[in-house]
Amino acid sequence: MTAHAGNIPPTALSEEPPEFPMPRASGCPFDPPPPLRERQREGALTRVRLWDGSTPWLVTRYAEQRALMADARLSADITRPGYPSGAPVPPRGNSIGFILMDDPEHARLRRMVTAPFAVKRVNAMAPRIQRIVDELIDAMLAGPRPVDLVEAFALPVPSMVICELLGVPYADHAFFQENSKTIINREVTQEQRSAALGRLTDYLDGLLGEKLRAPQDDLLSGLAERVGGGELTRREAAQMGVLLLIAGHETTANMIALGTLALLRHPEQLAALRDTDDEKLVSGAVEELLRYLHITHSGRRRAVLEDIEIAGETLRAGEGVILANDIGNRDPSAFPGDPDTLDIRRDARHHVAFGYGAHQCLGQPLARLELRIVYGTLYRRVPTLRLAAELEELPFKHDGSVYGVYELPVSW
Amino acid sequence: MRVSLDQDKCVASGQCVMAAPEVFDQRDEDGVAVLLAVEPAEGDADDVRHASAVCPVLAIHVEE
Repeated sequence: MTAHAGNIPPTALSEEPPEFPMPRASGCPFDPPPPLRERQREGALTRVRLWDGSTPWLVTRYAEQRALMADARLSADITRPGYPSGAPVPPRGNSIGFILMDDPEHARLRRMVTAPFAVKRVNAMAPRIQRIVDELIDAMLAGPRPVDLVEAFALPVPSMVICELLGVPYADHAFFQENSKTIINREVTQEQRSAALGRLTDYLDGLLGEKLRAPQDDLLSGLAERVGGGELTRREAAQMGVLLLIAGHETTANMIALGTLALLRHPEQLAALRDTDDEKLVSGAVEELLRYLHITHSGRRRAVLEDIEIAGETLRAGEGVILANDIGNRDPSAFPGDPDTLDIRRDARHHVAFGYGAHQCLGQPLARLELRIVYGTLYRRVPTLRLAAELEELPFKHDGSVYGVYELPVSW
Repeated sequence: MRVSLDQDKCVASGQCVMAAPEVFDQRDEDGVAVLLAVEPAEGDADDVRHASAVCPVLAIHVEE
């Protein structure tokens, strides 16, 4: 019997790995792509096809995702064989630091910058963050309507906060925001991404030079001191600065804008959040929105170092693994009831929006604090806040490695 | 309940401090977790179990 396209049985066709990343359903901007849900129903592991034709594993269920993210037999090193990169791998030495490294080097570098993100240190920033939020709302209320909430509020809040923590002049925000946007866009060319990364690394290198000469009470000065002491190179320090600067403003900004949009589309949830005096409900809403929106929608990526048996399959050394945490955060076995419903009263604290394992987000205490202050302030101060555009018109970041909206026109 | 903490594994994500602030703290120099009570009070037991469950590197061991 000869096989050709006309008589391949349907089962064989359905076994062809689907392309990844997958498109979201139109009209459902908050939900992961429907094929992810279908795959999750079928099993914890499946195969997908990437831009380069490779077919790494895709892990869709919460329990297996957590187990694998905590497994040292998986590597985050982008240069390892089988690493399922979303784009051509940049030349060595042109990376953004320790998120793409393994222990012990990852741990050595990471521990150099964890102190300012410790919970108590971060919580001491609350009054300052509250003031930033209040002043931006004052300015917005005094300005014209409608306004783009991204530009007027969602992006400035975390940008100002991370600038103060790092010791980066906020006056340069147009420069670093533009370059960050290019770096995390998954549809730009390798050349465009490398050029933007080079510009930001050079910029941070220049700031480190200033901090070496005149240290301040900020994170970059701490790194400069370590450079002076020979603990790390100036290049490594600049790359860490780039990583923290990008991670510190892009992610939180998207959570503020997309979170606000989600709440505007769920008016009864927004009303409950606005009218409560219970701080626990506000922090619960932060966790639920992190779970429900899961903005890091490109999946966490790893290379297998040693064979791993899991969920009845064997992940072979040299294969790639993508952990689709967006659908993991919608796994009914981890989030009972209806995981596709936004419910700010749900206990969602065990979500994997910040990842899990040795690479779990180090800035999460800061992100949580910023979101608690923002979600706890904006809707109370602007109780008639409303969307000033049709949902279908909004430019969603389908092309971003971090999801969100490019613009959010609002009025009140 | 007896708690133990492996500081070598700790990645300073602060999850345990957020979950059980009476039982965990972080070192000033690098944010690595510090155990404040090896035998936590009865009232903190649930928070400690939650801290153990959310620790991203399974560095918190609880003996009931």
